[in-house]
Formats: sequence, structure tokens, C-alpha cells
Amino acid sequence: MTTTPAPPKARLRPADRIFSGSTLAAGIVILAALAAVAIFLVAQSIPALVVDPAELEGSPSSFWAYVAPLAFGTVWAAFLALLIALPLSLGIALFISHYAPRRIAQALGYIIDLLAAVPSVVYGLWGIKVLAPFVTPFYGWLVDNFGWFPLFAGPVSGTGRTVLTVAIVLAVMIIPIITALSREIFLQTPVLHEEAAYALGATRLEMIQMAVLPFGRAGVVSAAMLGLGRALGETMVVAMVLSPALVISFVLTGSTNPATIAGNIALKFPDAYGVGVSALIATGLILFVITLIINSIARYIVNRRKAFSGAN
Amino acid sequence: MTTTATVPPPPAAGITNSFTAGRLPAWAPWALLAASVVVVGVIFAIIRESTGGSFNVVGTVFFGVVLFDVLLFVLSNLVEGSRQARNRLVTSLVCTAFVIALLPLVSLLATVVVEGFPRFDIALFTQSMRNVVGEGGGALHAITGTLLITGMATLISVPVGILAAIYLVEYGRGILARAITFFVDVMTGIPSIVAGLFAFAFFALITDDPGIRFGFGGSVALSLLMIPVVVRSSEEMLKIVPNELREASYALGVPKWLTILKVVIPTSIAGIATGVTLAIARVIGETAPLLIIAGFTASMNYDLFQDRMMTLPVFVYNQYAQPGTDVNAYLERAWAAALTLILIVMALNLIARLIARIFSPKLGR
Repeated sequence: MTTTPAPPKARLRPADRIFSGSTLAAGIVILAALAAVAIFLVAQSIPALVVDPAELEGSPSSFWAYVAPLAFGTVWAAFLALLIALPLSLGIALFISHYAPRRIAQALGYIIDLLAAVPSVVYGLWGIKVLAPFVTPFYGWLVDNFGWFPLFAGPVSGTGRTVLTVAIVLAVMIIPIITALSREIFLQTPVLHEEAAYALGATRLEMIQMAVLPFGRAGVVSAAMLGLGRALGETMVVAMVLSPALVISFVLTGSTNPATIAGNIALKFPDAYGVGVSALIATGLILFVITLIINSIARYIVNRRKAFSGAN
Repeated sequence: MTTTATVPPPPAAGITNSFTAGRLPAWAPWALLAASVVVVGVIFAIIRESTGGSFNVVGTVFFGVVLFDVLLFVLSNLVEGSRQARNRLVTSLVCTAFVIALLPLVSLLATVVVEGFPRFDIALFTQSMRNVVGEGGGALHAITGTLLITGMATLISVPVGILAAIYLVEYGRGILARAITFFVDVMTGIPSIVAGLFAFAFFALITDDPGIRFGFGGSVALSLLMIPVVVRSSEEMLKIVPNELREASYALGVPKWLTILKVVIPTSIAGIATGVTLAIARVIGETAPLLIIAGFTASMNYDLFQDRMMTLPVFVYNQYAQPGTDVNAYLERAWAAALTLILIVMALNLIARLIARIFSPKLGR
């Protein structure tokens, strides 16, 4: 046993210290910025929490009664969007990773990424001017024939500006996010697993069930949560397409739809003053906390998986 | 020899090829698809004859594909067995999912081009909306504002983002680096409107002005959204610089900071530039934070630190949300501005890909 001598220390020059110090400072600035977001939002929302709730919009019994319909609308719209987007995204991701010919797969990936590049305000304009008129007849048909089902209870909205329309546009917006992440995970499936499945006589579907999906399950869950986080915070589509009300309602096709936190802020903020501003900032703080929790869980799952996959 | 010659050859029809037996021929799905679309098309044509109205193209394609899925499943089940049938069903569903995802993209691009084209004229780029009621006017003030605010956000985010990425790749070890990595990931998910609210809360508190609106606040809000994107992409690019390059530099006695500045960064500069361009493309279309902190105005404003400043996305929203008496003129301006915005974003994406392709270092031999 010979003890290896400690490696010679490199001499630290002043320039080295300045450079490494400035990179460290940049890293700390990022942490400080995130902390500042939380601190300043809390500081500005305190007035709304301590004020007499009668002064808030709609004179609710407490601040939480004011927030509840908004929080419900946010989660409901995002959940519907995820419900539409998840199966489609998985299909697209599988199509690009395992079905499409290798040569055009990358080009197809670019096309889906184009969906992510379109600004949200343009989606809003498209949603209200193209999609809403397009789906209105379908809503009429749904309410006529399935009105007994609580989700499609009448009366039908005459403009198509319902929570279902919003959810469809939100789904289009989060499809590229979920697709991109799932695609990466599916492409990392060990080729030996796939070939082993084929060698046992599996069809392509059975190979995907046996090799690809078990390998990618954690990744797909976190991709879905990241998409959910995006849908929760999306503002302009909701502000432009939805005809909002401060209610808790599960009806998909009616004219009274629950507003979302982000959409409500965008609509009310330009004209708000005094306690109204604080109340809006307080709802923004709640949105921040919800998305922070969801994103943290998603990232935790991704990072934990990275450690044992050996793909990196 | 003579005996074998007298054996009559077996009839050709009796040969079964064991590789294709019990399988549908390759053309069967395509023929089935064409047949089901035609059948549904005929049904829709008959409905149209009896009820009037226009021919339903979307319905024909949709129900044709549904009919195809069902028929293929049944046929394959009869000929090939249930395993192959399920395989074929999922294959057709997966392909359908991709086509469904393309429909909104095609519809959106087509609508923006068609609706935006009438007002995509010189006035859009040379006039503001000052004293304009009804027709005329343009988005010059919004374009100027977008360029100023996004430019300022880039000036803030790029140094912070790249330096932080260098810290994470070259220096950072231990809990602080892990915390920064984790929170940068979390920051990519901050809703854009929360960034706007933060900028408002921050500047309203330090300037003691409860109704504050100015361009620089918008830049701060956008940097909050941009920094994590820059850090992420730069980090990936710095990581793929081969360690041999760093070691060769150290072996020549070059100090670490010069190694990073003269060896690592020049090697990865193309990738970093691509990442920065994509980050700009991401924030240039942000509406919500600018609506909160930069506000809207009809006039030109070149001063980031004073007064409200219009930006292109807010211009689109404002023209749609607050139309005057002549609604159509406002909507046309909104579509034209949306077209401009999409063209800017697409151009940035294209530039990013070109940078990546042209300037990437030739590492291979």
C-alpha cells in the first residue's frame, strides 16, 4: 500500500478568482431571482389577505371563497387539455420514434416543434375566430342528444366560447411539449430489448407494450406533468376564447364557464386598482405555488430516472 | 433419372408460400382506406342531395378513417388472427394521431396568412396608431417596442445565463450546483403571467407607484422566462466539448479561465448562439407579462424607462379585445400583426438552425 501523494494544487491567479467568482454570482442571481418572485408576490398580496372580504370583487365570504372558483377553473381546463393531449401526444411520439421511416422522422419532429413556436396570442385569435365557430354546431348536437349527461347539460353556448374549446386549444399548445419529451424517452429504449421482443415473435404493438412503454413510463408521467404545468399557466388563450364567470361548474358546452386564474388576471389587471390589484397578485401567487409543486414533482421523477437509466 | 422425369409437375396453384400464408397482402390496407373514404363520401353526397348544404370534407375524411380502422381490424382478425389485428389497429390509430395533430397547424397557418395578407402593407411598418380611429394606422410603435424590450431582455439574460451555465459545467460541485440545476428546471415552468406580476410587484414596491407601467419592467419579466432556457441550452453545449481539448490546454500551462474563454467557448459558440436565438424566439411572442407591466399605448415610445410601451403581441390582443366602431379594420390589423409575429418567430427559428448548421465546429476527421 503506497499512499498516493496529493495532486499539486494549481496556483490561483487573480483572473481565475474573478472569473469563477462571476460565474458563481450568475448562478446565485438565478436562485435570488426565484426567491424574489416568491417574496415580492407575497409582499404585494398581503393587503388582499387582511382586507375585509366584502371589498373584493363579488363580495365573497372570505378571500378563499373568492379564489376557489378561479382555482377550480384553472385545474379543470388544464385537466381537460391534458386528457385530450396525452393520448394524441403518445401516438405522435410513438409514430415518430417507432413507426415513421427513419429518414423522415426528424423532419416530422421539426413540424411538431413548429406548433410550439407559434405565439400564444395567435392561438387565441385562431381559437376565437376559427375553432369556436367550427365547433359550435357540434356542441348543439351534443347538447340535443346527450343533454341528460351532466357534462353536456343545456342550454348550449351560442358562441362556442366554452371551457371545452379552451381545452382543445390548450391541448394543441401542450402536445409539442409532451411529444418532444416522450419521443426522447422512447428513442432511448435499449435496442437489445426491442430485438429480444421481436425475436420472441412479438408484433410491433407487443414489442412496444413489452419493451418501450415499461422503459418510458416514468418519463411519460413527468412529460404529462410538465404539459399540465404549461396548461395551468397559459393566459392569453383563456382570456381571449373563454366567456368567463366566477362559478364552479363542470358543464363543458354551456355559456357559464369557470374563469381561470391566469385568464382572470389578464382580463382584470389593466383596469384594476387598490385592493383589486393585490387580490389579483394573490391569485397569481397561488398559481405560482401550484405550478411550482407540479413542476418540482415532474423534475424529481425525471432526475431520479436519469440516474439509473444509464442513457446519459 | 428416367423415373423422376416422368413425375408430373405439381399444379402451380397448389403451392402455398409459408412466408405470406395467412397474411394480408401489402396493398390491402391502402385499398381498404381508399374504399372506406369513397363509401363514406358517397353517403355524405347522398345526405347532401337530400338536405342541401355544402359537401362535408372534414366529416368524410374523419368517418372514412374510422370506418377504415374498424374494417381493417375485422378483416385482419379473420385472416391473420387477433394479435395481428390489434397490431394493425394501433398502427392505424398512431398514424391518425399524427394527422390529427397536423390539422390545427395547417388551419392556423392558412388562416393567419389569408386573413393577415390584406393589411400586410407598407403602412403597417411605417405608421403608429396615434390618432387613428377605424381604418389605416399601423404597428410601427408595437414593432419598435417589441424590439427594444426583447433586446433589453436579451442583454440581461445572455450574460447571466451563459455565466451560470459555465459555473454549472466547469466549476459547480456539490449542493449549490445541484440546487441551481433543479431550480433552473423549475423556472422553465413559471407561468409567464406570474413573471409579469413579479416585475409589477417589484417595481411598484421600489418606486412606490401603484400603477407603474414601463418597458424595462417588461424586459425584466421576459428575462425571468429567458434565463432558464439560455442556461439549459448553453449547459448542454458546454458539456459536449471534449475533455481532451481542456486537458491539452492545461498541459500547455494555460490557466483555467483562459482555457474556458479561448478553448471551451469558441468550440461551443455555435450551439450557444443557436440556444440564445431559440430563447429569443420563445419570449418575443409572450403577451401576458407585457400586458401587465408594459401596458398598451397608441403612440411611439423609444424610452424603456418611462411611460407605457406597446409590443406586437399586446397589439394583436388589444386590436382584438378593444375594437372601435369599425370592427373589421381592427381585426384586419390584428391578423396582419399576428402574421408579422409568426414570420419573426419562424425567421428566428430558421436563423437558429442555420447557425447550428454553418458554424458548428468540425470535430470529425
